Amino acid sequence: MAGKQETSPGIEALAALGRVVMDAGATIRNAAGLCREMAYWGFLAPWKRERSGVRWESAIEQGVRVGWEAIFIVVIINFFVGMISALQSASLLKQFGQLLLVANAVALSMTRELGPLLTAIIVAGRSGSAFTAEIGSMKMAEEIDALTTMGLNPVRFLMVPRILAMMIAVPILTLIADFMGIFGGWLLSVTVVDLGSWQYIRHTMDAIDMGDVMRGLTKSFVFGFLIAMTGCYLGIKVEGGAEGVGRSTTNSVVVSIFLIIFANLVFTAFFYAIE
Amino acid sequence: MASEAINGEAGDVVVEVQNLVTYYGTRKILKDVSFDIHKGEIFVILGGSGSGKSTLLRHIVGLLQPSEGSIRVFGHETATMTEEEWQPVRRRMGVLFQGGALFNSLTVGENVALPLREYTDLPEATIGIQVRMKLGLVDLAGFEDLKPDQLSGGMKKRAGLARAISMDPEVLFFDEPSAGLDPIAGAGLDDLILRLRDTFGMTIVVVTHEMESIKKIADRVIMLFQGEPTAIGPLEEVMKTDHPKVRQFFQRHADDEKVDPHEYLEYLTAGGGKEH
Repeated sequence: MAGKQETSPGIEALAALGRVVMDAGATIRNAAGLCREMAYWGFLAPWKRERSGVRWESAIEQGVRVGWEAIFIVVIINFFVGMISALQSASLLKQFGQLLLVANAVALSMTRELGPLLTAIIVAGRSGSAFTAEIGSMKMAEEIDALTTMGLNPVRFLMVPRILAMMIAVPILTLIADFMGIFGGWLLSVTVVDLGSWQYIRHTMDAIDMGDVMRGLTKSFVFGFLIAMTGCYLGIKVEGGAEGVGRSTTNSVVVSIFLIIFANLVFTAFFYAIE
Repeated sequence: MASEAINGEAGDVVVEVQNLVTYYGTRKILKDVSFDIHKGEIFVILGGSGSGKSTLLRHIVGLLQPSEGSIRVFGHETATMTEEEWQPVRRRMGVLFQGGALFNSLTVGENVALPLREYTDLPEATIGIQVRMKLGLVDLAGFEDLKPDQLSGGMKKRAGLARAISMDPEVLFFDEPSAGLDPIAGAGLDDLILRLRDTFGMTIVVVTHEMESIKKIADRVIMLFQGEPTAIGPLEEVMKTDHPKVRQFFQRHADDEKVDPHEYLEYLTAGGGKEH
């Protein structure tokens, strides 16, 4: 057509890149805005304003769903992973005649890395996605609008309880995960690898450093925050009906896991640097 | 009733909309809309699909910010109000959304009790009485322990209405009250709207396109066509106006299909790529 300008592929690619950068910028701004509101309704408003307290009842209800109901799967998975890491390290350490160091390897890898990471990934899949689906469906059914018109702030009402529940539940689950991983490693070592039970326990006790456990818990606290923020943010941004809710729920898991791994990298680099 | 209902006294104005303009992206949704809603009347915002009537409602209840113009609710300029300043205003109004917007995790009774629990220090027993009263008012007595997903569409709406009136609001907003209801349930809701106005003196604002419902309940109406107010005033007057779009709406005519065969052919072959 006459009025339409010819655009070169180069310009178009540049424009597309520009749009992506601008979208990303807008997303970060929006997410930061939500963080600010969460902080306000979670920490400031309960002291400053009347009838704005944290809804602990709802937080406990969410805590049961995020934490209590996830215990079984966290136990099973970390038990297996403890066994796997015992086997993997045994096959390696046998070559150096240091089979007893299996205990150290399992204890270190579980408390530093695998416990926090696997727990966070399980919770992201179970509960982060549920946050997005619930809040997204509520948005579609105008329930969020109903809250707003009743003067009940959706951030205070729906999100603060969820984020608190997550930030408390994930570290506790991580402790359970650490223990179960070590237990799995022990069980495998004393049955299959033929290590002495007491020897293994003594080596584990020597290897576990409270600093490692605390670092793992610090990580899992941040992971919990990231999962809950992603779940809530993508939930409130849902558009496009049932299909939109489905898409956002999938995205919630993908984005959460990405953020968890990325944060893990940053933490690991930081801990390495200060050691 | 005509002229005094239009002018009214200044103190009687509940909602005042002046030169409201709003954009969705670059598309103009509402074009210079102005009207007043008076205390104790049933004001109907009507228009076809895509006329901007639901958008207008969302502006008045504070879910959307106007691009230009002003909205005053109970004399408060809403565009410049903070969330904290909105609070007392919101407690004086109730909104019934299309699907009822009940919270699925709560029972029907807990839904109705929610605003009372959040805003008052009433003892549980009193809240229970309030809840049963409001549910009785919408003919849902005895349903307080059911979950919303156990209710039919019409019952959900009525439960949503019970929640909207639980704080005894002065003004009540309805978004498409009869949408998705069978004619009998729709008529029942109309009766309820009239009863609320007559017994409690509530001001009621209804967004709808249901002709039967409009004729039954409306005192005054504003008709929107593609975001423009085509007629404002008492129902009888608006029904008599000559504006073709207004007449078409009230007489339920379909759009005249004047299609230019050449244009249509061009439309069909567009994107076929013969000139690209």
